[in-house]
Amino acid sequence: MKHLRNLRMALAVIAIMVLPGFAMAAPVTVNWWHAHGGALGEKVNEICDGFNKSQNQYQVVPTYKGNYSDTMNAGIAAFRAKTPPHILQVFEVGTATMMAAKGAIKPVYEVMKESGLPFDPGAYLPTVAGYYTTRDGKMLSMPFNSSTPVLYYNKDMFRKAGLDPEKPPISWPVLAEIAKKLVAAGVCKAGFSSAWNGWIQIENLSAWHNLPIGTKDNGFGGLDAVYTFNGPLQVKHFQQLADWQKEKIFVYGGRTNVGNAKFSSGEVAMYTESSAGYAGFKKTCQFDFGTAMLPYWPDVKGAPQNTIIGGASLWVLQGHKAADYKGVAAFFNYLSKPEVMADWHQATGYLPITLAAYELTRKQGFYAKNPGTETSLKQMTLHKPTENSKGLRFGDHAKTRDIMDNEFEAIFAGKKTAKQGLDDAVKAGNESLRKFEKANK
Amino acid sequence: MEKRVVFKNRVLPYILVAPQIVVTVLFFIWPASQALVQSFLQEDAFGTASAFVWFDNFADLFAGAEYLDSFRVTLTFSSAVAGAALSVALLLAVMADRALRSATVYKTLIIWPYAVAPVVAGVLWFFLFNPTVGMLAFFMKKAGLDWNHTLNGTQAMTLVIIAAAWREISYNFLFFLAGLQAIPHSFIEAAAIDGAGPWRRFWTIVFPLLSPTMFFLIVVNIVYAFFDTFGVIHAITRGGPNYATNILVYKVFNDGFINLDLGGSAAQSVMLMIVVITLTVVQFRFIERKVHY
Repeated sequence: MKHLRNLRMALAVIAIMVLPGFAMAAPVTVNWWHAHGGALGEKVNEICDGFNKSQNQYQVVPTYKGNYSDTMNAGIAAFRAKTPPHILQVFEVGTATMMAAKGAIKPVYEVMKESGLPFDPGAYLPTVAGYYTTRDGKMLSMPFNSSTPVLYYNKDMFRKAGLDPEKPPISWPVLAEIAKKLVAAGVCKAGFSSAWNGWIQIENLSAWHNLPIGTKDNGFGGLDAVYTFNGPLQVKHFQQLADWQKEKIFVYGGRTNVGNAKFSSGEVAMYTESSAGYAGFKKTCQFDFGTAMLPYWPDVKGAPQNTIIGGASLWVLQGHKAADYKGVAAFFNYLSKPEVMADWHQATGYLPITLAAYELTRKQGFYAKNPGTETSLKQMTLHKPTENSKGLRFGDHAKTRDIMDNEFEAIFAGKKTAKQGLDDAVKAGNESLRKFEKANK
Repeated sequence: MEKRVVFKNRVLPYILVAPQIVVTVLFFIWPASQALVQSFLQEDAFGTASAFVWFDNFADLFAGAEYLDSFRVTLTFSSAVAGAALSVALLLAVMADRALRSATVYKTLIIWPYAVAPVVAGVLWFFLFNPTVGMLAFFMKKAGLDWNHTLNGTQAMTLVIIAAAWREISYNFLFFLAGLQAIPHSFIEAAAIDGAGPWRRFWTIVFPLLSPTMFFLIVVNIVYAFFDTFGVIHAITRGGPNYATNILVYKVFNDGFINLDLGGSAAQSVMLMIVVITLTVVQFRFIERKVHY
């Protein structure tokens, strides 16, 4: 009896040792850690399912790791523990951090070249790909979910105040006039508010007016760049916002996009927020609303230029076998297909990352059926992007956004003038940049 | 007469304390020493390049006004949280101790909030006080108070103090109630016969006899306010507006896990560790003398 048990044990051990050999014939697994929960997460799973069913060599396994910061931290911790995922989704402000970690990442252009699969960087929207591409045209990460800020406005309120609902404000002075009329008519408590103030009212404001927010081509030219977003236009804009609070033209909505409730509850009539907020507003707003391009200051020459993106891209991490990277390349190839991207764009409100997906969506009549969904694309592709409007690349930029938020609050609370506030933000931001430069030499 | 327990077996005592030592080493000594090492390093997020920089991370902290300001904010926040949580809990415990009918219902209801995680508590209070959709904010506006904690630093501080203390009240309540019930009724009755009113009875008999509980809770509450409250801050204010609620432990979390400045964050952890160790030592050396066991 005892012998028999030992024999069984031995067989079991052999089986365990041999089984992985059989598993080699099974598809190669590619792990993708992402930051999309809820409905977006289901869409991500759907895309992976589609890829897995389209072939039998590779299996992409998507895993939700929490918000952008959580996902990035999980990826970093896994890399340090030597068990990194193949693909890590990183938000746009983490770009410089990822780029600087040369030993940790495998640039996308390299992954695609080694795979031998067709890859044309020119197929992607220039303003999207530009954000993730080096100055000599090498794409470092795969654009995935990108959005850009637009102006949302409450058409019902425009009608009630006797304004033309098809004529949203195109410039800031016009917006102020309209806001005054709306408040005077008693249809809303304040004219307008904004989400993501650092991203929209500094970074996009600057790009939209073809102005830099830092030296060295907005940081693309090297780690020794410094911030310069305390220029005359930015100061004027913020002083104006602060002053506008008295006349109820503007009201501060808080950090991130917690101010969205101000728009959906009808406290304000106009609101600047990411184009990816469209689906949310469609669900929560009990009124007719439209979208328009961001307003601009007409006295600035060259405005409007084009806006820049926010969102995230997919980075490939080091530490895997060559065969695995082939799988990654095959998946990126699938992701860039017009049908796949057009579907993602239409379901989520994120931009289609390729020109072909944009074209396909238009041909399908999506924009005609859903007015307002094309605004972001028109705004992104208004002009050929310049050094000031193709994106930005500063180390630890997430920290600078935090610094900006704190200074904006001092400006809007009247504790500092716009000039003092922005000067202080630039100073603190530059200290953070120098620290990043020192750590990443 | 030897009152202490004496172990005949030389190994047994070590085995008995071993689990506690393992837990302490694994969950305190080891991470704390890691933080100490990290605080002398400057490296990129992925740890691919690392340099030993001596006290640079500490020097950076004290070079700017932000960190010192954070100390001031933490002092206000922690003392207010501990003070509010202790006094309200004591009041409730004294009331519940005297309640004759449905005492169990009161007790259960007051203990409930402790089951709520700090970050969930933060979200709850955030919604109640939200300037746009919050119920309480709505009533305050009706009453003529312009509530907007997204811009008003004092209001933001008040809100996070309420949110952080709310949960701790339940915990303190539990201990106070147990402490109160351990006080022999005969003492209080004797004082009552001697003509002492409820106020006098409380301050001369009940309160001194509660002092061991009080002392324990002060230590625990200060540690809570210093270390355990970043979830509340993260959910409600993210340290704003304009650094008004940027307490030390939130800064550690924000700089380390959001801004990925690991060296700077570790240096702050070490500073925080020193502060709390000092505070606890001071409490044991000086305040404990006033405690009657």
